[in-house]
Amino acid sequence: MSAQDSLLYLDGITVSFDGFKALNSLSLIVGEGEMRAIIGPNGAGKTTMMDVITGKTRPDAGEAIFGASVNLLTLDEADIARLGIGRKFQRPSVFESHSVWDNIELALAGNRGVIESLFHKLAASEKARIEEVLETVGLTSEAGKLAAFLSHGQKQWLEIGMLLAQEPRLLLVDEPVAGMTDDETAQTAQLLKRIAKEKAVVVVEHDMSFVRELDVKVTVLHEGSVLAEGTLDAVSAEPRVIEVYLGR
Amino acid sequence: MRRLTYIAAALIAAIALLVPVLNLWVPPDSPFHVPDYLVPLLGKYLCFAILALALDLAWGYCGILSLGHGAFFALGGYAMGMYLMRQIGTRGVYAHPVLPDFMVFLNWKELPWYWYGFDMFWFAAIMVMLVPGLLAFVFGWFAFRSRVTGVYLSIITQALTYALLLAFFRNDMGFGGNNGLTDFKDILGFNIQAQSTRAVLFAVTALILAGFLLMLQYVVMSRLGKVMVAVRDAESRTRFIGYRVEHVKLFAFTLSAVMAGIAGALYVPQVGIINPGEFSPANSIEIVIWTAVGGRGTLVGPIIGALAVNSGKSYFTAAFPDMWLLVLGALFVCVTLFLPKGIVGTLAEWMAKRPAKKTHVPATAPATEAAQ
Repeated sequence: MSAQDSLLYLDGITVSFDGFKALNSLSLIVGEGEMRAIIGPNGAGKTTMMDVITGKTRPDAGEAIFGASVNLLTLDEADIARLGIGRKFQRPSVFESHSVWDNIELALAGNRGVIESLFHKLAASEKARIEEVLETVGLTSEAGKLAAFLSHGQKQWLEIGMLLAQEPRLLLVDEPVAGMTDDETAQTAQLLKRIAKEKAVVVVEHDMSFVRELDVKVTVLHEGSVLAEGTLDAVSAEPRVIEVYLGR
Repeated sequence: MRRLTYIAAALIAAIALLVPVLNLWVPPDSPFHVPDYLVPLLGKYLCFAILALALDLAWGYCGILSLGHGAFFALGGYAMGMYLMRQIGTRGVYAHPVLPDFMVFLNWKELPWYWYGFDMFWFAAIMVMLVPGLLAFVFGWFAFRSRVTGVYLSIITQALTYALLLAFFRNDMGFGGNNGLTDFKDILGFNIQAQSTRAVLFAVTALILAGFLLMLQYVVMSRLGKVMVAVRDAESRTRFIGYRVEHVKLFAFTLSAVMAGIAGALYVPQVGIINPGEFSPANSIEIVIWTAVGGRGTLVGPIIGALAVNSGKSYFTAAFPDMWLLVLGALFVCVTLFLPKGIVGTLAEWMAKRPAKKTHVPATAPATEAAQ
């Protein structure tokens, strides 16, 4: 696969913090509509990689291309979000003093300008879309509740709902099941699989049983570069992967 | 909360009519008479209420803790003061037709270029909004674009007002130095000392306060208002869903500065003087205290806070002059410890808790309300 027919194309990305290389010539290609799981020990560079893709961190070297030809490295966070890359943080990050409904409404795709927002009237189509997203993430009955009062798992789902409302082409999901019960973990896996039917999803996760449940191509990161790529069973069998990660 | 805003706006509009009527047309021996000295004093409190409301938009709703809002207030005040100075004309001590007294005193021969146009009210009125607005816009543009937030931003706003304080103290700035601008005679041809003029100034101040209250009600209920709160609570999340956080902050900060400038312009004709002391950092901190006491993040709160703290100040500085700063300090500590949401915020929370036990709200109701 080349930069032309991929959705996300990272090549030779290097990020160093005071000499420590958080990413070391990382290359990764995600296809349109693909779902990918990324695993790796702590400090492997998973979150830094997401920071680079979403414009939070500028790499020292490398290329990051979105879609056919958009260079992500010249854009800021808001531009990249508007292009269609949604990001879910490791810790649930929702607007706690807004209702669940307002959280989704704010994330809804559309004009983000100051003046447009000041005079915006919620259209019937937008209302329907909010209801649809709430339905998808299973929070319809919580619509009027302040986000602060949701359980940890519900906050994670709300944040995924906010990503969906953005109508991104690519979702970056950082440890979606951390701190969830087994039941919630299974529901989240189902939710992500449903979303992956329409959009490309990159999931960073530590929880092996969750990754197995997703049943997708896995990329193993180690010390800022790709160590192995393939099905979970294939990478699990690689001696180097066992050595740095699974064996511990 | 929305209903509370409408009630407050209606009440303030009623006061705008009532106080002038009770002052001008009710005989002084009647118990309902409002004494002459009280009209400009209440007018001053209302100017402070506008100022607190302005700060609340930036701080309470958008999370920008400005410790320099007094600067925007003073700049609006100076713009109005310049108009009033030029209205004095030949009635000054030196009777110069163009130059204000202090310029004659300093042996200046010509009016500095930045005083041109201030003989016209419409020009001064534009400057009242433009100068603070432009300063806030430029300052905010650099600060928010460089992502200066939190305590660092507060410190540089404090530095901003301090720098202006030092600048306006200098005689060669051309704003009357230490003494500022005073000895005003007329506003729009009416004698500024006349009781009827003061009553009208009071009414205008109250009506502008009511108008701002309604305007901000619209702003905070709009989607932009929700984005402001989102920026306040989770700035990076807001950025990652595609909002230009710096633009949202710039809007709130600039609108807030323009409102503060208007408050200053209404203040000057009612107190009769503007001097560099208005730029003092302590003044800006007091505004924060009014807002915190009343309840930041509510619209009625800052108004109540400004009125309550300033009435307290008038009482204490007369009855126990040495005690006021201690009282103010204690008040701030107590509000921070025991009423972190301020008077109105705490009351609203208490009200929200009480009926929740009795009425069961169906799950779909909030959604339809949000959709309206």
